[in-house]
Amino acid sequence: MRATGSRGFGGFRDFDWTLLGLVLALCTVSVFEIYSATLHTKYSGFHTKQLYWIGGGIVVMFVMSKIDYHRLLDVAYWAYGFCLLSLVAVKLVGSKVLGARRWIKIGPMHFQPSEWVKLVLIVLVAHYFANLGGKRLTWGDVFKAIALVGVPMLLVLSQPDLGTALTYTPILLAGLFLGGIHWKQAAILGTVGLVAVVGVWSSGKILKPYQKARLTSFMNPDNDPKGSGYQIKQSLIAVGSGGIWGQGAEQGTQTQGDFLPIPHADFIFAAFSEEHGFTGAFVVLLLYFVILMRLIQNAQTAADMSGSLLVMGVVAVLTFQIAVNVGMVIGFMPVTGIPLPLMSYGGSSVLFTFLALGVVMNVRMGRFVN
Amino acid sequence: MAFDKVDRVNRDEKLPALKLTVVQYGILIMMLVLVGGLWRLQVLGGDNWRVLAAQNRIRKVPVMAARGKLLDREGRLLVDNYPSVSCFLLREQSRTLDADLPLIAKGLNLDLDQLRNTLHRFRLAPGYQPIPIKQDISPDEQAFIEAHRNELPELETVDEERRLYPRDGFAAHLIGYVGEVSEEMLNDPKYAYYEPGDVVGRAGVEQTYDELLRGQDGSMDVVVDSHGREVGRQGIQLATPGKDLKLTVDIDIQRAAELALGSANGAVIAMDPRNGEILALVSHPSYDPNAFAVRIGRSDWNKLITDPNHPLMNKAIQDQLAPGSTFKVIMSVAGLQEGIAENLKVNCSGGGTFYGHFFKCDHHHGLLSIHEAIPESCDTYFYELASRLGIDTIAKYATGLGIGSKTGIDLPNEMAGVMPSTQWKMKNYHEKWYAGEVISVGIGQGAVAVTPLQLVRALSGIASDGHLVRPHVVNSDQLPAEFKQAVLDTYNGSGVKDVSLSSDTWMTVTEGMAAATQPGLYHTAEGAHLEGIDFAGKTGTAQVVGGGDTHNKGGAKTPNAWFVGMAPRRNPEIAVVVLQEHGDWGSGSAKLAAQIITAYVNKKRKQEGNLLLQANKPSAPVEVGAVWSMPTPQERTHGRSRGNASGGDKADGLQVAGMQGGHFLVDTGSPFATPELASASFPSHPKDPPQEPVEKETAAVADLPTRFRRVIY
Repeated sequence: MRATGSRGFGGFRDFDWTLLGLVLALCTVSVFEIYSATLHTKYSGFHTKQLYWIGGGIVVMFVMSKIDYHRLLDVAYWAYGFCLLSLVAVKLVGSKVLGARRWIKIGPMHFQPSEWVKLVLIVLVAHYFANLGGKRLTWGDVFKAIALVGVPMLLVLSQPDLGTALTYTPILLAGLFLGGIHWKQAAILGTVGLVAVVGVWSSGKILKPYQKARLTSFMNPDNDPKGSGYQIKQSLIAVGSGGIWGQGAEQGTQTQGDFLPIPHADFIFAAFSEEHGFTGAFVVLLLYFVILMRLIQNAQTAADMSGSLLVMGVVAVLTFQIAVNVGMVIGFMPVTGIPLPLMSYGGSSVLFTFLALGVVMNVRMGRFVN
Repeated sequence: MAFDKVDRVNRDEKLPALKLTVVQYGILIMMLVLVGGLWRLQVLGGDNWRVLAAQNRIRKVPVMAARGKLLDREGRLLVDNYPSVSCFLLREQSRTLDADLPLIAKGLNLDLDQLRNTLHRFRLAPGYQPIPIKQDISPDEQAFIEAHRNELPELETVDEERRLYPRDGFAAHLIGYVGEVSEEMLNDPKYAYYEPGDVVGRAGVEQTYDELLRGQDGSMDVVVDSHGREVGRQGIQLATPGKDLKLTVDIDIQRAAELALGSANGAVIAMDPRNGEILALVSHPSYDPNAFAVRIGRSDWNKLITDPNHPLMNKAIQDQLAPGSTFKVIMSVAGLQEGIAENLKVNCSGGGTFYGHFFKCDHHHGLLSIHEAIPESCDTYFYELASRLGIDTIAKYATGLGIGSKTGIDLPNEMAGVMPSTQWKMKNYHEKWYAGEVISVGIGQGAVAVTPLQLVRALSGIASDGHLVRPHVVNSDQLPAEFKQAVLDTYNGSGVKDVSLSSDTWMTVTEGMAAATQPGLYHTAEGAHLEGIDFAGKTGTAQVVGGGDTHNKGGAKTPNAWFVGMAPRRNPEIAVVVLQEHGDWGSGSAKLAAQIITAYVNKKRKQEGNLLLQANKPSAPVEVGAVWSMPTPQERTHGRSRGNASGGDKADGLQVAGMQGGHFLVDTGSPFATPELASASFPSHPKDPPQEPVEKETAAVADLPTRFRRVIY
């Protein structure tokens, strides 16, 4: 077999069909739930759009799985540079929507660079740590890594888009952890990070007061009845009233009664939990768990370190998003607008997930190649 | 290094298996936590939440707090709120709104495109957020909404309260106005609890005291059906209304000041120099703050901003202009305290030459001492004084009197003015002070710049034996302690301070200012003389840059007309400053100030003459001196009841045996304590003929309080 370039057809033998099956199972649940959640609202019909996104995603995944991941690693820095440029472009010429510049309008389409940056960062971080070879990291290495991820993070943060910027952190953390950071360094970084967070919080300059209120309202939703406290309260009620067996598909009173905000996207898990109860929620979480374990297995069997790192980067992002979104829905986390992968409605999220899965497939398929 | 291909040699390096296992277990734990949370919510608490869900057709509607009213010092209403209704569009309905827009636009008298634009702007906002489409709707429009409740369920009305300000810009700069909180304000930690769309004070008292005035919104739980229509109300958390504030301003004096300034541009301030209370604050041209209370149109806003007369500027505290001859009062203080001016005599023949340059004076005043120089406002005298004192000495006294620094009034954006000195010039222009520059400073020209507030405070402070006050528009006794301190900290300035003056200085300067309004040759304010009122002051005719001797009233090069007046001359209880921009001679402003002082004095006298007002006041005993006649002994035995003299023959029977006199302290109490005196129907002997009305002299006795009458008889 050739070591570089794409493999010929028939090279799908090692494709992880099980993984694909699990993913599609989730997607099916997603489509049905979006259908139910948007049934009587102005969003009805979104489930078909989601189907299209999923379809496109599958195609993209297959394509991606054919591209040797080493190629991706090779162009990592170029892609990174391009990403920085596009983020700066958004700041300069982006359309301002509700006080945030996140999109660039190209013709009739809206292009949100911060999502693509996620993928590029995963590749970049993998490249970076792979080159270091897994030996013990020096402080210089650590700082370089922080800078690599930190710069785009700050650019996105200033859009302002706190939620997306936060999703870059697991990439960095996974890289550092797996790349060979010593626990002492981690401890120091952790403390410094904590101090920085406390500093940013109390300085009152970086976060606007109403953003701060939004972040803390999950602890006491009644304090912010007009804003995010309302959303969390509704979410808790929806999830809680699902009970063990749920209220039945298309019959969740909160979802159908229009009380749950954004039921097809940020709060889809709440809508689902209301309608399918603890059993349904448990099954979905189980699906996620198995998928993640499967991905990690691909990391364990990868041919080289860079492959493993790539896969773990994907795992990190997905885990983070699941934790934050489900956590938010059940009141453990603040409302941050982070979508639930494969379940939440949204083209960027779906495409990103499938792209990432494609890369993972490729790593898996190349594991026996020298 | 960065652009290398990944080092393939390291290919055999793998990620440590241990670390991957750690991650796996980490994920497992995370999942268990999530499952645990779900268990708690759904399995353990399921019933609870179900009940809540059933109740949950509850929408929390904010109950707007009424903004505190503004009253004048006597409790008269200055600024009030009026109920107003605004219309919102709800998007939680499952209807497509587009089809309804033309009907809505027609019924609410909105432009259809503008309405579409508004919807477009809000399309990415959360769906449950209502969109404001029209504020302050008329009763017709309200009727339209009610009539179309079924066809247009997406329309919702909210009751609000809007600010109602006095018309025609009365006291507009003092009061300020409210508007929506801006984006910069949201970033300020002071506004931490404000959300986009909140109304906040943007100028004047409304801004300074916004925190007290706004109160706290409450909320109401409204039960809705699946269409979002209200079917009941549950809990209500009452709003805390804003605190009503009493301002120090007196509507009558304010009115007098507004009328006095009339159509001229400039400023008027009336202040009580004993405590700094502002009785009137006027800045012309003014603007109508009611236009701001409902959202102001863009073209109107632009007109206000680009108007060359600056209607939005509060000239009383922001106009920084050369004070002209009013500065001579400060010069006099400096000269007298330094011991130079007491015996200085200058011969004025129309000007003088200093440092090789001829400086003009308006008249040939002849030989003057300081006592004439002030009321006649002789420039030559003060040129001489200035050249002897030098700029730094002058600056010392002027800054001591608050020139060049803010006064600390509790209104936003006060300006500090400028007091030049050698240090000032070096710091700002990196040049040394040329000695010749002090000459023009001596008559209040050159680089000196003052605000009307600084000037009135300084001059009335001098007249109050050097006691300078902190001007304020709200008395701090009605404020909570921390807020009081916060205001002092935010609006800082030179505040309350005492400048020591020798009694000679004090007398000379106050007598000089008093003379200015007395008839006399060259007395600059004699046209503003007030008979019967101890009215003193100083005029100023401040040339503008490049204006020279231009004298056409209102022209851009015409001097600014200043006058600071006070009554009485020492320890005044009222001080007034009048600035007419391009008003030409200061004597004109003096006449306007006289009008205001007259209004004040008349009001005071009326209040003092008002017995009803006085009756309610706790009174001290009154010293009374009296002379009375002593009746002959035999009249005494006729046993007059109540000690009253009856009418008719008995009165004629009074024979004066002698006169007595003395003085007493009478505890007045109510002057009409014994009402029967007023009607004076006296009991008489049954055999007496019907009585004539009581004669005058006995009636006078009858009016006296009982105690006093016992003393006599």
